[in-house]
Amino acid sequence: MLSRIAESLFWIGRYIERSDGTARILDVHLQLLLEDPWIEEDVACRSLLSVMGSSVSDDRALSRGDVLAILAVDRTHPASIAYSLGAARENARRAREIVSSELWECLNTTRARMPRRVSSEKVHEFFAWIRERAALAVGIIESATSRDEAWLFFTLGRSIERADMTARLLATRSLTEASGPSWTTILRSCGAYEAYLRTYRGVPSARNAAEFLLLDRLFPRSVLFSVSRAEECLRELEPRSERVGTSDQAQRLLGQIRSQLEYRPIQEILDDLTHQMDDVQDVTSAASEAIRQRYFPTNAAPSWTGES
Amino acid sequence: MGDLFDGYATVKAARTYEPKRPAWDEMFAMPPGQSAPVSTRDAYSQIHSALARMTQDELRGRTDALASSYLAQGVTFDFAGEERPFPLDAIPRVIDHKEWQSVEAGIKQRVRALEAFLADVYGPQRAVFDGIIPASLITSSSNYHREAAGITSANGVRIHVSGIDLIRDEAGAWRVLEDNVRVPSGVSYVISNRRVMAQTLPELFVSMRVRPVGDYPNRLLQALRASAPVGVEEPNVVVLTPGVYNSAYFEHTLLARLMGVELVEGRDLFCSGGRVWMRTTAGPTRVDVIYRRVDDEFLDPLQFRADSMLGSPGLLLAARLGNVTIANAVGNGVADDKLIYTYMPDLIKYYLEEDAILPNVDTWRLEDPGALEEVLDRLDELVVKPVDSSGGKGLVVGPAATKLELDELRLRLIKDPRGWIAQPVVQLSTIPTLVEDGMRPRHADLRPFAVNDGKDVWVLPGGLTRVALPEGQLVVNSSQGGGSKDTWVVGHEPLYGVGGPRSVQNLVAGQAASTQSIPIREHAPDHSPLDRPRGRGEQQEQQQQQQQEQEQQQQQEAGDDAGLDGAGPC
Repeated sequence: MLSRIAESLFWIGRYIERSDGTARILDVHLQLLLEDPWIEEDVACRSLLSVMGSSVSDDRALSRGDVLAILAVDRTHPASIAYSLGAARENARRAREIVSSELWECLNTTRARMPRRVSSEKVHEFFAWIRERAALAVGIIESATSRDEAWLFFTLGRSIERADMTARLLATRSLTEASGPSWTTILRSCGAYEAYLRTYRGVPSARNAAEFLLLDRLFPRSVLFSVSRAEECLRELEPRSERVGTSDQAQRLLGQIRSQLEYRPIQEILDDLTHQMDDVQDVTSAASEAIRQRYFPTNAAPSWTGES
Repeated sequence: MGDLFDGYATVKAARTYEPKRPAWDEMFAMPPGQSAPVSTRDAYSQIHSALARMTQDELRGRTDALASSYLAQGVTFDFAGEERPFPLDAIPRVIDHKEWQSVEAGIKQRVRALEAFLADVYGPQRAVFDGIIPASLITSSSNYHREAAGITSANGVRIHVSGIDLIRDEAGAWRVLEDNVRVPSGVSYVISNRRVMAQTLPELFVSMRVRPVGDYPNRLLQALRASAPVGVEEPNVVVLTPGVYNSAYFEHTLLARLMGVELVEGRDLFCSGGRVWMRTTAGPTRVDVIYRRVDDEFLDPLQFRADSMLGSPGLLLAARLGNVTIANAVGNGVADDKLIYTYMPDLIKYYLEEDAILPNVDTWRLEDPGALEEVLDRLDELVVKPVDSSGGKGLVVGPAATKLELDELRLRLIKDPRGWIAQPVVQLSTIPTLVEDGMRPRHADLRPFAVNDGKDVWVLPGGLTRVALPEGQLVVNSSQGGGSKDTWVVGHEPLYGVGGPRSVQNLVAGQAASTQSIPIREHAPDHSPLDRPRGRGEQQEQQQQQQQEQEQQQQQEAGDDAGLDGAGPC
């Protein structure tokens, strides 16, 4: 498979997952601002923005509406849902010959129908729509793509992004202990609340909820599950089994963070949640870069420079 | 003000009767002698100003959105074989925090008294010996089950969940209309109403400190676990439902889902060795607490109706042996018998040595000397209810009934005075409600829910407000064309006591400290090299470059064509 195509598929996976994850995080947190009156709107909005990697200058108070404008519908803002959907569609266009028509149409119409503004009473509906479109795209791929390299790169992208999104979400918790979202909110934002209740029976405690989102081996949005999945994809992409260690940088990175989480007592992780989540996000970035260098090593595209 | 409240108090459709005193309107204060509303009551002032900014069409649009969301979620009820969304009105009912505190205290008191009463009638029956209630009252109650005598849960609780129906009379005072301590339903609507309201009408919530209701499933689970048999460390709690055809099935699934416990039907359970088990893929699993939503009569075919398929044979034996807790307890129905209701103020005084905080509605017991005659005389101005039913079944509103209905009723009362009570017609308070004609006053009641975990009775802030949609209608049950409203307990006072672990000071201090001390390291999202965000200049440059390339290519192609032409004649 062409590196360029593989790269596109990898990024389609990441961008779809990102739009879904961002929509979930925003939906629950914006709703929380309404339902719980004891939250400082400005503080909550700021922490949400910084967790999503896009803080803004603090010369004015932020409201729900601002967060929505920045992280949902602003097409030029790199952390926004609109941006992710646009980028997913661009990547699909570059790999149009590999990407199935069904998937292409799905991504194309999603981008085309992306609203430029969302009125406050339609917010929940809008996020539900984003989630539906992401589920549709993933469903198309899962149901009708041969389990070849194309699928592996797509799944690899998705898994890495998922680990990143869950880590960001957990970081929202550690930001402001008193005003931050409750564990119930966090679980709900990644659709894990009902799964959690069935597993642990009863109210989320910090320990159990963190454990579930970080380390559960069966829940597909846990960091451990996502990282393991990414590792599996990488192993399948390169089935050679070395006698000594592993030579692939991405596998090395993912394996390290997985062991770090898996074999550390949960209390230690919790005490240091912010840094641990920083580490996870660093690793997903670094692994993504390592994958790029190994599988799609594009040199800088040659271009003419002016003479002067 | 928009057109929303136009004609709110002026329109009076032809009624079958004219009430003696006007109902208490919860949003508008109406001074005596005037027909138009003058001022908005304090609790509603913010809601009113938020609504005033909306037009009727806008609000109707939102109401449609509420309905379609309910249809999608499956929050429906069966209407003539068709699924209809559970009607939810967009205007919430607002109760001030201060006022709520007294309602809450009244409900707690009532539940404690009802618990004491049930423990007594299924135990020593002191109240009968002391002459507070006649023995015949208990023995003649169709919901008094001798089978339940001696069955006590580990922590003594019988009323794990109760729904005490309240109304506001013409003076705005809260009164208890009836007690529901068997299997009160409707709490799922409280939870889902709040969620869908916050999603569809967010602007109403802005700046209102509405006390959240989402804690209910957790409180219920804790209470159920607390009542588990002694010695069980990790009690296995299940919800027992009659099945998918039950009208409250949605509620059963919601509670099981939010508590994270198994929802079982009778056929999933079996009793063996005096214990209750459920059939699972991993073999029989012991059940410790059953939150049953099946009526007493259907629970155990060995004790009650032999033809019941909804329960499990042997259940009551297991409960008597103390191996399983049935919640709410079997036989609770005797406490919400409507004749017992008339004794509640006396019982509260007897058991708790307190005066009732929430008064009853005045009631005639037809067996009292002279009462039957008086009631028969004034039948056309009273409400008559059967003592053992719930859900407004069999209730007759005298002023609205036809002559034929009243004659029939008269015969039945003479035949069975124990079976009925009579009350004056209370004009339930009204709340603005969006109906066909626009915003109109409609009568409403309130069912707050209380959960008893053996240590404390917790009252869900708010409750289910049911509203009668037809004009002048006083019966609010959803089986009779009733809708619902989200109920907001609102107050600017913090919930936490001063100095407690979650006091305001600590909360503020906590926020200030942690926001400063934890450095936020931002991780900008990764991007594909081709899609990474570019500065404006860079973007233009790239576009220009592409354009130039295209132009060059076009020129080149043009040149090639010219060359071909030139070469043609050779």
